[in-house]
Amino acid sequence: MTVTSDKSSGEAPEVEMVALTIDGLEVSVPKDTLVIRAAEQLGIQIPRFCDHPGLDPVGACRQCLVEVAMPDREGNVKPMPKPQASCTMTVAPGMEVKTQLTSAVADKAQQGVMELLLVNHPLDCPVCDKGGECPLQNQAMSNGRASSRFEDVKRTYPKPINISSQVLLDRERCILCARCTRFSDQVAGDPFIALVERGALQQVGIYEEQPFESYFSGNTVQICPVGALTGAAYRFRSRPFDLVSTASVCEHCASGCSLRVDHRRGKVMRRMALATPEVNEEWNCDKGRWAFTYPMLDDRFELPMVRRDGELVPVSWQEALAVAADGLRATRSAVLVGGRVGREDAYAYGKLARLALGTNDVDFRARPHSAEEERYLAEHVVGSTPETGGVTYADLDTATTVVLVGFEPEEESPIVFLRLRKAYRKAATKVFSIAPLETRGLDKLGGTLLPSAPGTETEVLQALAGDGTSEHMGSDAFAAARTALRDPGAIVLVGERLATVPGALAAAADLARSASGRVAWVPRRAGERGALDAGTLPSLLPGGRLVADQADRSEIAELWQAETELPTTPGRDTAAILESASIGEIGGLVVGGVDVDDIGHADGHEALRRAFVVSLDLRESTVTPFADVVLPVAPHDESEGSFLDWEGRPRPYRAALDTTAMADHRVLSMLADELGVFLGTRSLREVRAEMDALAPRAPQGGRTDDAGDPPSPVSVPSPGPGEMVLATWRTLLDRGTMQDGEPFLAGTAKAPRAVMSPVSAETLSIVPGDLVTVSGGGVRVTVPVHIQPMVDHVVWLPTNSESCDLRALAGQAGAVVTVTKGGAA
Amino acid sequence: MADESKGGFFSDLFAPVAGFGVTFSTMFRKVATQEYPEVKWPTQPRFHGRHQLNRHPDGLEKCVGCELCAWACPADAIMVEGESNDDEAGLRFSPGERYGRIYQINYLRCIFCGLCIEACPTRALTMTNEYELADNNRADLIFTKEQLLAPVQQGMLPAPHPMVEGMEERDYYQGKVTQATPEQQAWVEHHHADHADGPARNEDDVEARS
Ligand code: SF4
Ligand code: SF4
Ligand code: SF4
Ligand code: FES
Repeated sequence: MTVTSDKSSGEAPEVEMVALTIDGLEVSVPKDTLVIRAAEQLGIQIPRFCDHPGLDPVGACRQCLVEVAMPDREGNVKPMPKPQASCTMTVAPGMEVKTQLTSAVADKAQQGVMELLLVNHPLDCPVCDKGGECPLQNQAMSNGRASSRFEDVKRTYPKPINISSQVLLDRERCILCARCTRFSDQVAGDPFIALVERGALQQVGIYEEQPFESYFSGNTVQICPVGALTGAAYRFRSRPFDLVSTASVCEHCASGCSLRVDHRRGKVMRRMALATPEVNEEWNCDKGRWAFTYPMLDDRFELPMVRRDGELVPVSWQEALAVAADGLRATRSAVLVGGRVGREDAYAYGKLARLALGTNDVDFRARPHSAEEERYLAEHVVGSTPETGGVTYADLDTATTVVLVGFEPEEESPIVFLRLRKAYRKAATKVFSIAPLETRGLDKLGGTLLPSAPGTETEVLQALAGDGTSEHMGSDAFAAARTALRDPGAIVLVGERLATVPGALAAAADLARSASGRVAWVPRRAGERGALDAGTLPSLLPGGRLVADQADRSEIAELWQAETELPTTPGRDTAAILESASIGEIGGLVVGGVDVDDIGHADGHEALRRAFVVSLDLRESTVTPFADVVLPVAPHDESEGSFLDWEGRPRPYRAALDTTAMADHRVLSMLADELGVFLGTRSLREVRAEMDALAPRAPQGGRTDDAGDPPSPVSVPSPGPGEMVLATWRTLLDRGTMQDGEPFLAGTAKAPRAVMSPVSAETLSIVPGDLVTVSGGGVRVTVPVHIQPMVDHVVWLPTNSESCDLRALAGQAGAVVTVTKGGAA
Repeated sequence: MADESKGGFFSDLFAPVAGFGVTFSTMFRKVATQEYPEVKWPTQPRFHGRHQLNRHPDGLEKCVGCELCAWACPADAIMVEGESNDDEAGLRFSPGERYGRIYQINYLRCIFCGLCIEACPTRALTMTNEYELADNNRADLIFTKEQLLAPVQQGMLPAPHPMVEGMEERDYYQGKVTQATPEQQAWVEHHHADHADGPARNEDDVEARS
């Protein structure tokens, strides 16, 4: 009998419910539920290995056998002749399931399967990293025979082989559950491993002909139900009972993955993905999993330092703060806060600027940016959260069409990529990418490239919205995109790189509007969204309040109990701050967590050289050589706070390690004290109470649009002979300083290469495998070339990879570079 | 008090010292105390004394750094950290993949229950009969791997050194290795000459003992 649930609320579509009994207990579950899941709802655990909620059922291990009886046509309940795998069988009305708890048949079947699985499994538990948290160990105890009857020689393989520099495979231990291969095939889309051979010789193998390339390999280590796949970094480091776990959030990108940080004796040993269904499901990327060693390196600051006779010397906090305050008091100062700090810390930086330094010169964008972007963020992004109708991960799952522009999800926000891939597999979402070349990432999304040279994104967006005339109109891909956009509900994902393309952000918003869809801004760094909402932009106060608005200003002034008016003069953005500092107009800089080379601004170094620089940092950085005062701050693992992920969803984290290192907000409050101002950011609670006192404000699209300055005309770059237009973005694993100290991870980074079309290659008579030298704007790099179909006369290179640092050029959309064949030229 | 004394003359005479009767008679019994520390008596053979980390017959360590002893210990007295054996770097301490890089037993915590011995899968950890474990400071009662390792006996070579050629890990457990080979001897002479006082490897010990 089929029961239709009438309890379900009005909005949710009616789910058909199916009633069955498991071990004599009645349960009603949605149609198509697997028996093993239905049993879980009753708290009955059926042993399993291959079953994983994130992967398609496969029925490979047979550990989950149960006895099933089904009603036949006359309604007589007849048992099935053999035990059935509960992880592949969906529920049926009237089904009667008996698990190992009530059925001797099921119990015996499970013990039999376990015995067979153990036949070839080595007695490695003492030396195996999975020991102590191993589903095979646990279930052999709970559902296996007490002793073994096997008296033969076990099948052996040579001990572990490297699947990558980071992942080791021990084939003896593998029980052929195909979790890893299904993960790489279904979820990540990187078939770097597969089951090969048959019978007793079946084993997990590597694709010999393909280079190992996956940013998600760590997940296979986590889901392998035995110790067949282990991570090189955690090899033999500890046992589960040594570890103290803390729930945390990844600091590496704006995807906002939940993490478990495991530490032993004050050192982080490993990080694992934690399940958060709304965000990262159960996955994370290799960077989030393995790049955690950077705070343990030798160049970590322990004590405050001040510069004396050109040398930084360690001093007491008191002295350092006094020197910093004196220096800042003597001059006009500005604040540069990178997008790495948490929301509460960013808030303190913004408050310091406004309250203690009396300026709106504060900006979190330590990367190429523009005034247009600032306006866009203030109008469309700040305050956007899942509650206020912002785009969410769940929306991606069901979107009909997704347009990516200035955004390469696999490299720049890996969990967005995984969600898009899931949407493509499960909901047939059509993905279009406005980019110069079709990447492997786009390929894995079944995506279609809308070819566009860097700098011409605006034109393509306008053409898609239907109010542009362009040569792009002709192509098939373009027509397909136009058709797909006719369905309502399209989502446009814009990346931070679009900031430097004139008119592009506005055009993306217009496109979303014209397709009655929505647009979401996906920054790269974890802290950017939080910093935006915490008011670290020249024109924005916390909570999306505007500097230009008298009422907003007074609201904040009242909240802060400011004795004087908040500064009214519009502030300078990062570029303007650096320019002003380089000509001495700004004399002091408070810099937190910024790599000055990331900004890619020509005046960066000169600005730091001239200004009095107070640097809040963790380790030696590109700012340190110019710093007059260095104030050490706590790294992510040692501080508490929160990020906002790209959706605007708060992602709070706790300190994994209990150390004496102080978070930025505390250091800033001490600095403000020294400046004679009470900042009120001494503790996290203080900061949060203040932030929460501000009523949330949804994005108010277009409120300053009335000024209506039209986007500056798009100038299409025209490369001369021997020149090409540079397209560049960062790869997930690159030279980023937060990946330092992890050689195993670095070993899986993509090798830098220059990608160009056959036509471009021909004009320079380049053949595959040649080296090319790309130069321009004082930068010169030599890398091997890769030829693939893409927009002609455009060359793509990674922005900041080993021996390929193009950050100085990344700020100009469509920079023209000289490309020559060979390395020496 | 009101009662009259019923005793005779002798009982009255000895009454004041009657309580010493036991004392006097004991003076003529056999002495049960031992003259420790001048005279040391052997313990029962199964006495639970200080631990020892045993070696294979060629001198490689039996401990694989599995931490099962630490896990079993009800007093949380043991700390172990594993590490990969690395033949290329000349750092092989045990047969197989893994060895115990750090091994410490805190004798201020140990209750000599012997559960660790039962837990050890390789018979690396056993107990000796040594019971002289007293000191006046904490640090000296945290024994490190060097202190716990069994002495290098006849036919053994101190680790690190390679495994016996042609032998696998399991051969060690099947008793096929009986003593160090001349190749191992040569290897050790060549490599240990560089650092006479043994390779520096337990730099973490200092920090861990605090
Ligand atoms: S390596 Fe692990 S996850 Fe992969 S098939 Fe073997 S047991 Fe399963
Ligand atoms: S004898 Fe008992 S208390 Fe002492 S180390 Fe072994 S398990 Fe721990
Ligand atoms: S002594 Fe035994 S139980 Fe303890 S770590 Fe070594 S091998 Fe494992
Ligand atoms: S869990 Fe059902 S067959 Fe593996």
